[in-house]
Amino acid sequence: MIISIASGKGGTGKTTVAVSLALSIEGEAQFLDCDVEEPNAHIFLKPEIKETRDVAIPVPEIDESRCDFCGRCAEICAYNAIAVLKDNVLTFPHSCHGCGGCSLLCPQKAITEVDKKIGVLEFGNSGNLQFAHGKLNIGEAMSPPIIRALKKFINPAMPVIIDAPPGTSCPVIEASKGSDFCVLVTEPTPFGLNDLVLAVEVLRKLAVPFGVVINRADIGDDKTELYCKKNNIPVLMRIPFEREIASLYSQGIPIVQKKKEYTRKFRDLFELIKETAIK
Amino acid sequence: MKVCVTSQGDNLDSPADPRFGRCGYFIIADAETLEFEAIKNPNVDATGGAGIKSGQLVVGKDVKAVITGKVGPNALKTLEAAGVDMIIGVSGSVRETIERHKKSDFKPSQGTDAGGRGMSKGRGQGRNR
Repeated sequence: MIISIASGKGGTGKTTVAVSLALSIEGEAQFLDCDVEEPNAHIFLKPEIKETRDVAIPVPEIDESRCDFCGRCAEICAYNAIAVLKDNVLTFPHSCHGCGGCSLLCPQKAITEVDKKIGVLEFGNSGNLQFAHGKLNIGEAMSPPIIRALKKFINPAMPVIIDAPPGTSCPVIEASKGSDFCVLVTEPTPFGLNDLVLAVEVLRKLAVPFGVVINRADIGDDKTELYCKKNNIPVLMRIPFEREIASLYSQGIPIVQKKKEYTRKFRDLFELIKETAIK
Repeated sequence: MKVCVTSQGDNLDSPADPRFGRCGYFIIADAETLEFEAIKNPNVDATGGAGIKSGQLVVGKDVKAVITGKVGPNALKTLEAAGVDMIIGVSGSVRETIERHKKSDFKPSQGTDAGGRGMSKGRGQGRNR
């Protein structure tokens, strides 16, 4: 079963929930940290990294001796990553999404694809967890190709926890699409609710069943609970604000390691997710 | 000689536009006769690469120089590769801008005066089709 942990608003506690959930599952499981712009789960899971793989996207290289400057490639590029001038062609690899359209459609077959490295994947183990994360190179703008590469390693024979990036745009969609269930971690504040509503919209479009975990549930206002009730969104768990949780987090210590009562709570969450996903 | 001035409107008395890639209109004018053509900028809402597309548009009009307020890095690369001069400094109307630069013979701005930051609206995250 593939469970993604997303949020909308950043800083609500995705990694806390994802890490705690993964560590509470009995038996083997996979943990994929798909927040490739700033992965942080490794700080808590402390995996022993055994393998590194480069991730590259294909960008065009133009053979100007074959090119007749017809401009077809620039016309079809959806990202304006090619400029055809009077007697030369410029490419903008930074904007290129590696779709392959230009090389496919060049009438003179003047375009070849070359690999442009954009990041790495790292694989390792942490206890009974198979761990993997992606790291986007500094200066690159596109996460989805790395997230896609990471998700190729999903082993559907065991539970898979995906720690998604914050927000509701392309990286989140890439990370959460195709999951069997998504846990939306939120906080009972106006910003939290605003972004939760956006995240719900995304998941409905992706047709991924979901439920909510309210973090710092005992402070803030009641509008989030009311919203969930009104929209029949199951609230799967409520985590109170506890200074000790924040303190452990800041030291890179998973809560379930020090607060044993949370292991049972997260095991219960896992069972509840499985039940809710079936409905 | 032909110049391009970025403009907010479609005639010589329109206020000049300090932006290049996402300006309202490109005014292509003969600097001597002031005969001109106004092209509505099709790249205003591009998710990314507006400077690249606008650069290509201007290059296709065979202008000697572009007069605008600011040129982003992508537009700079495109115009430079095509040998189009960049003149930084718009003030008042398109007409006034042309007259002002005519006095200094349309002297191109030096390297770092021309280049700089684009509007960077795009994030290259793709779009719905």
